[in-house]
Amino acid sequence: MVEANSKIRIQGVRKQFGSKVVLDAFNLDIAKGESMVVIGGSGVGKSVMLKCLLGILTPDSGSIKIDGEEIIGMNAGGRSRINDRIGMLFQMAALFDSQPIWENVAFGLLARGIPRAEAKEIALAKLALTGLGSEVLDLYPNSLSAGMRKRAGLARAIATNPDIIFFDEPTTGLDPIMGDIINDLILHCVKETGATTMTITHDMQSARKISDKIAMMYNGNIIWVGTTEDIDKSSNEYVQQFIHGHIDGPIKATAQV
Amino acid sequence: MNFLRLIGNVTFSFLATIGSLVQFTGRSLIHSVSPPFYPRIIIKQMIEIGYFSLPVVGLTAIFAGMVLALQSFTGFSRFSAESAIPNVVVLSITRELGPVLAGLMVSGRIAASIAAEIGTMRVTEQLDALSTLSTNPFKYLVAPRFIAGVTMMPILVFIADVIGVLGGFIVSVYKLGFNPSNYLQNTYDFVEFNDVFSGLVKAAVFGFIITIMGCYHGYYSKGGAQGVGQATTNAVVSASILILCFNYILTEIFFAANG
Repeated sequence: MVEANSKIRIQGVRKQFGSKVVLDAFNLDIAKGESMVVIGGSGVGKSVMLKCLLGILTPDSGSIKIDGEEIIGMNAGGRSRINDRIGMLFQMAALFDSQPIWENVAFGLLARGIPRAEAKEIALAKLALTGLGSEVLDLYPNSLSAGMRKRAGLARAIATNPDIIFFDEPTTGLDPIMGDIINDLILHCVKETGATTMTITHDMQSARKISDKIAMMYNGNIIWVGTTEDIDKSSNEYVQQFIHGHIDGPIKATAQV
Repeated sequence: MNFLRLIGNVTFSFLATIGSLVQFTGRSLIHSVSPPFYPRIIIKQMIEIGYFSLPVVGLTAIFAGMVLALQSFTGFSRFSAESAIPNVVVLSITRELGPVLAGLMVSGRIAASIAAEIGTMRVTEQLDALSTLSTNPFKYLVAPRFIAGVTMMPILVFIADVIGVLGGFIVSVYKLGFNPSNYLQNTYDFVEFNDVFSGLVKAAVFGFIITIMGCYHGYYSKGGAQGVGQATTNAVVSASILILCFNYILTEIFFAANG
């Protein structure tokens, strides 16, 4: 699974909460410009892995390198420098309720000291990329639909022209049409920016559409990784059960009816 | 055995909370005095904590002053000491009732609102979003509220002192028949700088407690809407108890200093 010249390299990462091991010797490599989609059931550790990448959680052990630079144990200044290169679309968009849409989109720009007028122009241009017009600039997040909030969140993720973008469940909670629109927007924005991306999703239709490679997580580790074309040919029974949504198989559903 | 385990768990949990709170307070203090600062947010919070709390603090103070004058009259008239009413009103308001009542009222209004806002940001991943946008939540959310709380509370309490004394004046003059100029002269002659100053120091400490409790409980809230509700309740209850506790400690300190 380990490749040379990775943009993001995660090696042997372990994270546990109390006695529960969430990530166990986790390894994953993402090449520059690649779109990696991580699939897996609920509670397998996808979000924890993403939070470790973002510096929100600190792994107990292991290594995470971005462009060869170790980010675990980095000081606040170094972490801020790395975060400046990262865009993130949260599952529920996580727009700031107290700020109008344009300030949400331009937040990263304003934090870098870019004048408000210029930041607003850039926000307008990024919103246009996601199909939103100037009419939403001064609206607040609670007056937008879920799909519009997701678009605004996407505009915020790409506002600073990051070279790495993470997407957390980008189509969750959206109807199939809006979900596909978001998929197209992600493809368009990634093409536009040339960024390396990693997406976490349960949505196989979305995964197939936006990925170059797919990795499957189970019990805190990657159990399969390959190209999008290869996933249907995989002989891994966990992968086959997950992508076809079968109840019977090695993955046991924990939900009780 | 289970009982001992329960005591041990409660003790560890209590000590862990104290440690976490001390660490949170230390980080808040450091981020409040080190750049970058967010003047727009600080001013917004000053307006929220100071200006918008004025009506509730003013109303509390005026009624407290009025009741104090009436009750003092009832007691003092029994041994012909009615003339001490202006002194009792101004001392009680500036040293105790002004800061404590304002602290409790602002605690109910501001600690709850801060905990609810930051708690909602926590459960909707807005705090995580701040971090990914290279913005430290302590600098962006906690420090402005902390600065606004510590600076605005003394101003609020000073206004509450004036309004409280005015409440006592209104009742004393229009209901109890005091001479207005004598009442004001007695008040002015009797009150000392330290009476007002000690109240303002208390107010700054209460502002510190209110904002830290609101931010702390909001920052560590979890579990969705129920968690935010719990954080809000905890913020108000803990801020109120700490205000009363620190009021005693500060009074002891000032009492020892001034007699």
